[in-house]
Amino acid sequence: MNKVLGIIDGKEFTTGDTLLELSYLIAALLFVSGLKLLSHPESARRGNLWAASGMGLAMITTLLLHKTGEGAGIPLTNIWIIMTAIGLGAAIGWMIAKKVKMTAMPQLVSFYNATGGAASALVGLLEYPNAVAGDTGSILVTVLGLIIGSVAFSGSMIAYAKLDGKVGDLMKPYMTYINLVILIFTIGMGIYIVASPNQPSEMTWAIYTLMALSLIYGVMFVMPIGGADMPVVISLLNAFTGIAAAMAGFIYNNQAMILGGILVGAAGMILTVLMCKAMNRSLLNVIIGSFGVGASAAGGEHGTIKEITLSDAAVLLSYSQKVVVIPGYGLAVAQAQHIAHEMDELLESKGVEVKYAIHPVAGRMPGHMNVLLAEADVPYEKLVEMDDINPDMPNVDVAVVIGANDVVNPAAYDDPGSPIYGMPVINAHLAKNIIIMKRGMGKGYAGIENALFFNEKTRMLFGDAKNSIQKLVSEIKTM
Amino acid sequence: MENILQYFFEYKEAIFIIALSVFLGIEVISNVPAVLHTPLMSGANAISGVIIIGGIILVGHADLSQLSVQLVLGVLALIFGTLNVVGGFAVTDRMLEMFKKKKSRQS
Repeated sequence: MNKVLGIIDGKEFTTGDTLLELSYLIAALLFVSGLKLLSHPESARRGNLWAASGMGLAMITTLLLHKTGEGAGIPLTNIWIIMTAIGLGAAIGWMIAKKVKMTAMPQLVSFYNATGGAASALVGLLEYPNAVAGDTGSILVTVLGLIIGSVAFSGSMIAYAKLDGKVGDLMKPYMTYINLVILIFTIGMGIYIVASPNQPSEMTWAIYTLMALSLIYGVMFVMPIGGADMPVVISLLNAFTGIAAAMAGFIYNNQAMILGGILVGAAGMILTVLMCKAMNRSLLNVIIGSFGVGASAAGGEHGTIKEITLSDAAVLLSYSQKVVVIPGYGLAVAQAQHIAHEMDELLESKGVEVKYAIHPVAGRMPGHMNVLLAEADVPYEKLVEMDDINPDMPNVDVAVVIGANDVVNPAAYDDPGSPIYGMPVINAHLAKNIIIMKRGMGKGYAGIENALFFNEKTRMLFGDAKNSIQKLVSEIKTM
Repeated sequence: MENILQYFFEYKEAIFIIALSVFLGIEVISNVPAVLHTPLMSGANAISGVIIIGGIILVGHADLSQLSVQLVLGVLALIFGTLNVVGGFAVTDRMLEMFKKKKSRQS
């Protein structure tokens, strides 16, 4: 392994060095092909495995072949410490991943994203003092990695807490300005550090301050965001973690880190843009103009709410030809996915055609409803995307809205004063009958009235979704 | 300014990689069906755990003659990084297994 193969720029390189770089190349290729395979349903699982093996390979070769000095590998004691830390992280990570309930998946993904951000931030923090004053480029990437990693960490932790129901949304009109001030301070501090002529090792106070500022910004940035904006923010934070890792790759001039990080960053940005498009809003609008604040202008439209009894609902559903279920975050909260599937199977056995209409931003993360319904074994073909179901909505006998609100609000079409005006929605209002399952008359996340509730074709079924569907199922069975 | 130009030249390969990876990432991900959004995000998230290599190098160079804040934070970075990698891939696999199970039942 220590055989010298040749000399480049006056530096000898050995078989070990070459193998290390070669393993990084293989790892990078595995990341790319893994991600590619992940984007097709048939090959997704294999893709995940490929990416994971690329990671494993890079970790092992770095541990064995990385040089800490002239011809010397990582000292044995250090290897033991590294292995212990990795073993500990792996055990905890594995256990959480296997134990957590499927319904807690969104918060878990956020949590893991937070840990990645934290690792990047810490690497930046610890590598900074090793930089040399005047090496602006190196200091710049270190500082960028630290800022982005810290924001990804604290932001994802808040997203995790929100998804887990531990923290609510905090929306105050003045928060935009506070956030702007914190952001300016953070960037200012970053520029100060990059431009400073002092030795980085004498500036540790500054780098710790920068980390603290970035962490605070991450919290403040995610705090006001909620509801349908959550999927956008989660995929944005995901992109941040990738970019932060790539910045650290620059510090070590490690191509596998750079490629892996940027790949994730670009993929995350694409997903973010996709989510924004699903709401017909710009990214800036999502981040700055938190919805609902002082914007609930429309509200004059009131009418009478009509309730439906369980037996009437059962009759209506059983004698329909086409039923479309429109799930939202309420389905996830009530954990009603299994019973919903029981209901669709029961109806199918009676010859009713049942489909699920999935809005791209229904739920709290990209694809949330798909994962939830997959967990309940709802066949893939029954899940129809918004654009495919909308033309067919006028032929639908009953639209059953379970815990969704803003994604079926017709105000998106006809009320220019509404904050969600212009957002593509599922055309539940075009169905012949509409049943809405809701816990109470509360407004949706956006805090706006939904004219659909007052539609003359609409009947409300109040109560916990799981409970209501349970009763509905037994009612249908008796018929 | 000079410093930045100098840096560009020194790291031109890495910068090329960045520029091309952006396109690669966009190309690889576009047209992904909505059903895969969550697993894709979760899998990509695990890949961003590649920071773990930085953690290994960092602790590999650590001076062990005394217990320092640097060492503790370095070990913490390693633990966090591994959590991201192992947990991320494991969770993605669990999600995808769920999708698969349902498919085989139908065929």
